[in-house]
Amino acid sequence: MQRPALRQRLTAVLLLAPLLAFMLSFFVAPLVTMMKSAVSDPVATEALPRTAAALAGWDRANVPPAPAQSAFAADIRALRNDEQFGDLVRRLNSTQSGFRSLLGKTRRALDGTGAVDLAAIDPRWSETSWWATIADAVASPWTDKNLLAAVDLERNTAGNIAAMPEGASANRLIMIRTFVTAALVTLACILIGLPYAMVAASVEGWRRQILLGAVLLPLWTSLLVRTAAWYIVLQDNGLINAALKGLGLTSTPIPLMFNRLGVIIAMTHVLLPFMVLPIFSVLIAIPRNLMPAAASLGAHPLRAFLHVLLPLSMRGVVSGALLVFMAALGYYITPALIGGANDQMISSVIAYYATAAANWGMAGALGLVLLAMTILLYAVYIRLTAAEERSA
Amino acid sequence: MTPLPILKLVFAALVILFLLGPLIAVLPLSLTDSVFLNYPIPGYSTRWFRELVTADSWRLSIVNSLLIGAGTTTLATLLGTLAALGLRGRRASLVFSTLRTVFLLPMVVPAVVLGVGMQLMFSRYGLTNTYLGVIIAHTVVAVPFVLVNVSSALQGVDVRLEQAAASLGAAPATVLFAVTLPIALPGIISGALFAFATSLDEVVLTLFVAGPNQRTLARQMFATIRENISPAIVSAAAVFIVGTIVLSLAMLAVRRRLA
Repeated sequence: MQRPALRQRLTAVLLLAPLLAFMLSFFVAPLVTMMKSAVSDPVATEALPRTAAALAGWDRANVPPAPAQSAFAADIRALRNDEQFGDLVRRLNSTQSGFRSLLGKTRRALDGTGAVDLAAIDPRWSETSWWATIADAVASPWTDKNLLAAVDLERNTAGNIAAMPEGASANRLIMIRTFVTAALVTLACILIGLPYAMVAASVEGWRRQILLGAVLLPLWTSLLVRTAAWYIVLQDNGLINAALKGLGLTSTPIPLMFNRLGVIIAMTHVLLPFMVLPIFSVLIAIPRNLMPAAASLGAHPLRAFLHVLLPLSMRGVVSGALLVFMAALGYYITPALIGGANDQMISSVIAYYATAAANWGMAGALGLVLLAMTILLYAVYIRLTAAEERSA
Repeated sequence: MTPLPILKLVFAALVILFLLGPLIAVLPLSLTDSVFLNYPIPGYSTRWFRELVTADSWRLSIVNSLLIGAGTTTLATLLGTLAALGLRGRRASLVFSTLRTVFLLPMVVPAVVLGVGMQLMFSRYGLTNTYLGVIIAHTVVAVPFVLVNVSSALQGVDVRLEQAAASLGAAPATVLFAVTLPIALPGIISGALFAFATSLDEVVLTLFVAGPNQRTLARQMFATIRENISPAIVSAAAVFIVGTIVLSLAMLAVRRRLA
């Protein structure tokens, strides 16, 4: 009995190995790379190894001693690669502006061999603040700067975590906006999806087929096609505005696109099936004679609805709401195409940092925040559905 | 009780209008002969469908989508089917059910987050701006659909049939190819169709990983909506919608035939 079971296990492992290897290489590894880029800061440590060793015991009260200064000079001289030098300049300049000119001047002056007097090259080298920035940068290849910046925090000169000055960063605002938009879309999906699923569950035959087909067909249609359709319908001279004008309800077009309203309409359309289907599957499992039973015991239809049907459908509503909210949080395409500049959600900001600004640290940090929120919601969803399966 | 059914009917009709209206309303615009996407349509022509097959940007993107879709379907179906066979009947095991959850995670992780990571990692291995890179990226998000479809098909395979074949002297491989896989075939086919549809519709990962030479149809549509919208997009959408209906009918036929 032992040997066949072992053999079956081995077969299962062999069957799973290709996908496991694939997922580790191309799903887990990219996510780890992204997380690492959020907290890693290797530029200065790699470019200035001697300085890092020499400044490790520096007291920060006075200018570093001569050996540390010549270690720094040796590091700068060893930087033959212009790209690496450029990275170093950008890294240090982002903490303290002025490093661009200081390092450029210093590198030109060090072009050659011989003794070094950094203070003679530039008087700034006799100030401790410049050395302190270098010491901070080479102290560790890791940083919490990006993660803090993702929630509008920073480290002040004393090294404590503090709020960023007003207007310096808008990440918290964008996160609140993302949450509010996702919550509004979820609410809209509940308000439309719950009664619709109830209607679909209350009829049978071809009527039910039509009601479900109307939900499934958009789900099957390309997301781009649906977004394009809303783009055309919602535009200033689109169908809705033409209809409103034709009915004499408005003379000037109502702006339905490039604003929050358009984003919510289009996202509700895209995510509505994920609300209707879980609620529907819960509802059809409810015994059909429950409502007549409530009525026969004298309950008013409204009361029977509130006390019997609604509580029973809540399970479906909760799973649907979690699915919709989770998907809405990370949404990119629809807000990017239908939304205006003030409706961009966290995904757009991540895409901006990654593609336009090439700031991988910030892209990674915001990505990490979004990933953490999504996984948390997914864990809740898994727990709920697992509990349901056990109780069912 | 009389107002309730009427109310139900009106509500259901309104929601169906919301769900299907925009998709149906834009379709006639694919036959417009003007460059604007407005009603009333001044005249009808097939110029925008011709544009799809003659304009280099659209033609290239259609060819790319088919190539990348075929590659993704092959890779995802192979990996997903093998894994579904490995996970079969092991729901109780913690290790295997954890693996299953991990394999399904690409459905949940926001595409932008995965895209950033893939761009960072792929650029180190020279996979960005290559067809292989795009196929790999699409396969990551397509595999869960294959896994779900094949797993549920395998659940429907009666173990007694396999035991019967084995007791009659069939080797495990023979049981697999002569009994298990043929019965699970509808699930494998619908998983493959899902994988193809996922690849066809994928935009975000493509934005991060693909170069101009790997521009897919979905990517081209994204660019067209964003930069200069033209009726060609509705023609592409019409092709998509008709394709969707044909695919779902094919799937129904396959199910009915093999069930």
